[in-house]
Amino acid sequence: MRLLSLLVSAVVTIALLIVLNTQLSIGTTKTPKLGYFLSPQQGFWKNAEKINDNFDATILSSDLKGNVDVYMDDRLVPHIYADHDEDAYFVQGYLHAKYRLWQMDFQTRVAAGRLSEIAGADKLSIDRFFRRLGMVYGAAQTEQYINEHNPIMKATVEAYTKGVNAYLKQLAPADMPFEYKLMNYTPEEWTPLKTYLFLMFMSYDLTGRSATADLQLTNTKEFLGYDLFTKLYTNQQDSLDPIIPKGTVFAKPSIIPIQPESADSLYFKKEGSPHSVASTQKSPEAPDKNNGSNNWAVSGTKTKSGRPILCSDPHLGLNLPSLWYEVQITTPTHSTYGASFPGSPAVIIGFNDSVAWGVTNAGRDVLDYYEIKFKDSAQKEYWYNGKWETTTNRQEIIKVKDSADVIENIAMTHWGPTMFDWHYQNPQSKGRNLAVKWTGHNASTGVETFYKLNRAKNYDDYINAISLWKCPGQNFVFASKNGDIAIKQQGSFVARWEHQGDFIMPGEDSSYDWKGIIPNEENPMIKNPLRGFVSSANQKPVDPSYPYYLGTAGSFPLYRGISVNKRLAEMDQITAEDMQHLQTDNYNVFAQVARPALHKFIDPEILSPEANRMIALMDNWNLYNNENEKGITVFKLIWDSVENAVWGDELAKSPIPLTKPESFVLLDQMNKDTNWVIADNIDTKEKVETLKDQVNLGVEKATKVLLQLERAGKLNWSNFKATRVSHLTKIEALSRMNLPIGGGVNIINATTDTHGPSWRMVVHLTDEIEAYGLYPGGQSGNPGSPFYDTFINYWASGKYYRLLFLPKEKLMANERTKWHIQFKTI
Amino acid sequence: MKSSLSISLKLVLTMFLSAFVAYAIGLYSILPWWSFVITNFFIAILFGQKPINSFLAGALGIGLLWLVLILIMDSQNQHLLSTKVANILPLNGSYAKLIVITSLIGFLLGGFASLTGSLIRKPKEV
Repeated sequence: MRLLSLLVSAVVTIALLIVLNTQLSIGTTKTPKLGYFLSPQQGFWKNAEKINDNFDATILSSDLKGNVDVYMDDRLVPHIYADHDEDAYFVQGYLHAKYRLWQMDFQTRVAAGRLSEIAGADKLSIDRFFRRLGMVYGAAQTEQYINEHNPIMKATVEAYTKGVNAYLKQLAPADMPFEYKLMNYTPEEWTPLKTYLFLMFMSYDLTGRSATADLQLTNTKEFLGYDLFTKLYTNQQDSLDPIIPKGTVFAKPSIIPIQPESADSLYFKKEGSPHSVASTQKSPEAPDKNNGSNNWAVSGTKTKSGRPILCSDPHLGLNLPSLWYEVQITTPTHSTYGASFPGSPAVIIGFNDSVAWGVTNAGRDVLDYYEIKFKDSAQKEYWYNGKWETTTNRQEIIKVKDSADVIENIAMTHWGPTMFDWHYQNPQSKGRNLAVKWTGHNASTGVETFYKLNRAKNYDDYINAISLWKCPGQNFVFASKNGDIAIKQQGSFVARWEHQGDFIMPGEDSSYDWKGIIPNEENPMIKNPLRGFVSSANQKPVDPSYPYYLGTAGSFPLYRGISVNKRLAEMDQITAEDMQHLQTDNYNVFAQVARPALHKFIDPEILSPEANRMIALMDNWNLYNNENEKGITVFKLIWDSVENAVWGDELAKSPIPLTKPESFVLLDQMNKDTNWVIADNIDTKEKVETLKDQVNLGVEKATKVLLQLERAGKLNWSNFKATRVSHLTKIEALSRMNLPIGGGVNIINATTDTHGPSWRMVVHLTDEIEAYGLYPGGQSGNPGSPFYDTFINYWASGKYYRLLFLPKEKLMANERTKWHIQFKTI
Repeated sequence: MKSSLSISLKLVLTMFLSAFVAYAIGLYSILPWWSFVITNFFIAILFGQKPINSFLAGALGIGLLWLVLILIMDSQNQHLLSTKVANILPLNGSYAKLIVITSLIGFLLGGFASLTGSLIRKPKEV
């Protein structure tokens, strides 16, 4: 009897232990190990930070040359005072790790194609995509280059790495970040390669859209036929207000790219060949089309104080923890403040005691596909310039949780990696063998640009700093205390003939290769213009007289730039507060033009009473995308519905998604040609629909949805838009949902549902530097910390924090300074 | 002889001992979270009791230890994280339910570990 009891008891104990110590599968996800996750001494409870905790600390390290003082202000922003540059970067690494460790790990895993390692086979497609795109390859090129040619950057990144690892060494398992416990894995050592991988991730986010867009556009052209395609996908933007003012005279180009003679047949009018699709993998979501930003600088001629004001707000996915981490770094060589990237040393967007700078995405096409003819499925040889060239094999091993390793063998050609071949296809690649050529593959010392900007004292230093910048191409805005303002679009941009790179190119000879990289001196730029301001909002940098091809219009949003320039031109006696109002401006320039265009076709007589009621709501709207407006919701749904009605039947017949034509194309047609034939719905054979039919049809369809929204109380803009800042895992409980904020696409306040100003900064270059900023997040990446999402409410309501930028003695005495972390060398 | 529960000094002492050792071991997070299963087991072997007493000593030792630790950490955090976890797990955001479940886990696992240990000893007459 007793033996039986013993056995039963032992079995129950062991069974309980096993269930509580195993990740249980629920659908596609797994629970954490419940016993571990809930245990008070090791589980998530350890991450429940004491409210009003004391962050004072003393940290000893033999990696430091001298002592470093860090003062934390009440927003948990660290102000680092070091006697040696490398010590400052060591401490920056340490603090990034202390507050944002999991995020650094997770984001570099995505870039490295290592998600399957922690999340299982579900993520394999995404990992294979990034491996084959050459993310690790590009990072390795940069690492090798810096190690061989740039001892200062090497030392900087190594100091940063040592700082991260110093934090890791003292981290007890019980104190690991929350997400590691939730997902059941552990932190690993940081390496310089990871910093370069993080910067590759930013390159992908800002230029990698081509990897999907080029395929999609090629498929669209093949589906519609070239003649119809050119009608719907034009690059002509008549209302363009470019970054560099219209009429600027450009230097004669040093490269004259000429289209190959075979282009008509082999490129433009090439028809899709019926390839069999070997296998179809899911692709990761392409980088958001709205990835972009605003920046501008106004000169002293337009400000109240006579000093310039610079503003920068990058528009990226709204995530928790935020991409950005505020920091001040002060050493004998420089003193700088701004937003930094956990994963990289230096300040990325910010200011120092002499200058300020900011970035917006250039959007230029720097990634192309070349179609490869392999000798056979071994892929050891490919046809190029009349003979067989050999490939080299690049092997990447993908570890998969609870499963065997997957080995990717990538055939490297002189173009770059063969991304798609018989091993790997997605619905867009349609069975083709495609090699990818990307400026992101080339070694770049991007981190040095930031290092130098942090130390820049004047315009020449700024130009010098950005001259090194290669990928992702950015519009660098600049302002200095002594009154200069400037903007330059800088990167390695390809010298292209018109439309080169829009589609997949033939890869069998060199005639379609890039003709060169545009020299730095020929990149668009302007300094101290007469109009007294510089600005960019991702629009085309130049008017059509510029001698190089920029890329498809879809990469260059038209309207935000029009809004920004119009407002800046009107303004005078500008203060920092005026600039805050401008950054959060909700005026809808697109609707201003589109609403009357719609009215050319809207016929109240044929519309239902409810549709007319909605039209009235739209007409009474003041054209501001403010959170409580209903008219914007009505306008947006009507416009989207009209677009669907016009394009819908043509595009919907394709089995794979095609590129939608740009809104400005439809708008232009509505203003020019009321009898545009493309509006004809070919499914209804009896009548030829006109734009008028499609518009009114669109209005009725939208009305049905609008009525449902109205009944659910979701007609007002912020309820409809439901802006959210999502945790990187997308778990809602760790996110902030349904934020009360206006804005939208085409609006200066570019806040959509998941995307928007991820950092807002206004810098008034007075002697003391009057700076304001914030981001929708918090300095701590710990969901258990009260500092996790501290700034979100302020951000949603358009407020700003005054940024503390002071010498050590003044900061120590400041009432907002709360804690002191002392780093001591031993 | 019937094995019935009788609250004795031994029960109370082994309860505190189990809790104390589990807490001390738990400070070394290099060791697994379930180390208390081992320590409860051996404590039960060392201090023979009626099985039901042993179960209770181990269950309450761990269950109450966990409850006290959690209540302290949770209240200092003003339920910030526990509410989020109670939304990730299907508990409708109730941190109270989460606390109960956590304590229950400690109670059951601690209890059965001690019970198993006590059944290994030869039965003793009290």
